[in-house]
Amino acid sequence: MDHEPDRAASDEEPDQRTDDQSAHRSEDADALLQELVAYLRENRTELREEWARRISEAKLLGVMSDEEIFSEATEVYDNYVDALETGSIENLQTYARELSERIIPRGVETHEVLGIVLLLRDVLARSLFAKYQGDLELLNRILDSYEPAANRIAVTVGVSFVEERERVINEQQEAMRELSTPVLQLRDRLLILPIIGVLDSARARQLTEQLLGAIRDNRATVVVIDITGVATIDRTVANHLVQTVEASRLMGARTILTGLSSEIAQTLVDLDVDLSMMKTVGDLQGGLEEAERLAGYRDADASDPNGDAAT
Amino acid sequence: MEDEVRVAINADADLVTARAEGRAMAERLGFPRPDPTLIATAISEVARNIVVHVGCGEIVLRPFEDANRYGVVVIARDEGPGIRDVEAAVQDDYSGKGGLGLGLPGARRLMDDFEIASSADSGTTVTMRKWRFRDELASLREERRRRA
Amino acid sequence: MSVAILRQGDYVIASIQSDLSDGEVLELRHELAEMVGRHRSHGIVIDVAALDVIDSFVARALRSIVLTARLRGADTVIVGIQPDVAIAMVQFRLNLEPLRVALDLDAAIALLDRLTQGDAVDGG
Repeated sequence: MDHEPDRAASDEEPDQRTDDQSAHRSEDADALLQELVAYLRENRTELREEWARRISEAKLLGVMSDEEIFSEATEVYDNYVDALETGSIENLQTYARELSERIIPRGVETHEVLGIVLLLRDVLARSLFAKYQGDLELLNRILDSYEPAANRIAVTVGVSFVEERERVINEQQEAMRELSTPVLQLRDRLLILPIIGVLDSARARQLTEQLLGAIRDNRATVVVIDITGVATIDRTVANHLVQTVEASRLMGARTILTGLSSEIAQTLVDLDVDLSMMKTVGDLQGGLEEAERLAGYRDADASDPNGDAAT
Repeated sequence: MEDEVRVAINADADLVTARAEGRAMAERLGFPRPDPTLIATAISEVARNIVVHVGCGEIVLRPFEDANRYGVVVIARDEGPGIRDVEAAVQDDYSGKGGLGLGLPGARRLMDDFEIASSADSGTTVTMRKWRFRDELASLREERRRRA
Repeated sequence: MSVAILRQGDYVIASIQSDLSDGEVLELRHELAEMVGRHRSHGIVIDVAALDVIDSFVARALRSIVLTARLRGADTVIVGIQPDVAIAMVQFRLNLEPLRVALDLDAAIALLDRLTQGDAVDGG
């Protein structure tokens, strides 16, 4: 599309001239943008290749294969040019979110996403320089159209990625919290809480809340706490465990502690922890059998027929 | 930082108010469960002492924070006859019968800091504090440091 | 009224709606002791689910009710202790002998059934 010839300024009244000039300028800008978009689409292949080359040089997107980079690059390029054309960032935001959803699990990081978008901006800017360098005045006008739009695109993609990343991280943390202290219902009224890893006060507090909530929700009468996966335990946590067992008792549930390592057993003895309120069984299997007896799934022994005292 | 809350303690109904205000402040400050209930229970103990033994007094709830902690101060104040044997009042003999029936050893166990001043002239003032580290990481580091 | 009391078969169910004052505790204890005698009830269920705080006073009140009821021939089961309240009671080291507890009303009645059957078998 040819650009319109400038009107002679002297033909107009001053105010009208200014208005006309602004209107003219924005029509002009619009027209320039359309010309720009057409140019970018025509030269899609070379520009995209140039961009992909720059991405490798900058060693970005290392976690992705060349084919993947090519395919994503194609989509990014097309969406970029569409956004330039329409001026609308909504579609771009949607695309950026979807792209983020795809690449975040692959391990792509924020600086990489910003990096590739800025590289694309630069590749396109340089090609504009190359095309319009013969007419600096026109080049300036083209850049005036291009730069704000390109920057808005970079920001949109960057922000979408960061937001998506935060969302994913929160989800993962939540999931890990769930996983790290799961209370499982083994049978009706029988819960098991396997604890794995380091047990500190914060986790112990969370464990207690989850266990007591599960006792209430499942109407559990027996709980098996298995600490096979716990290497060491200190006084604070040992006391916390005892308190958890006692609190469970106040909610009508008996507790069996299983999987004590010999180190933990000795620690508990040395700390003089009061374990009178709970049954301890060395191995999980034995503990589960005892639990089923207590819960009434197997023949109970006569030694504890009522077993419903608060202490 | 929010302001302190004062609850006048003159009757049983005021215990409900004091507990509710304590719980609400603890929740606003961000205490995780079960802390709001622990704080409300400690408040219940000291406020009830005022109602039962003195007849009137007040509970003051004051938030506090420093570089890496946030918390609440509970002050229970009366101008009653005072506790003659303060030692015995806070004595924890673990049988449930200690503490002169004033529930102070228990309240102390629920809170992190506990002080009591009592005399026939100026009555009794119990000051209790419960606090948490701002972030879990800081509290974990502190724990490891204490264990080392 | 802070406590709702009703009868269910051989048992008396008392739901404590809000914190009790000194006077109300004595009233409740008296009421329950009377009812147990009047109706020859063998069991009492005290539901504390509405209490968001159980301090040493309330614990002592419950204990005194349990002991009084025992003297009148009834077992008592406390139900409805909320999770955070349970933690507070334990950390407080409230003396809880000789309280019997269960999670809820159904569990309490099942327990009382077992206990009263046991008594019958023993001839007591």
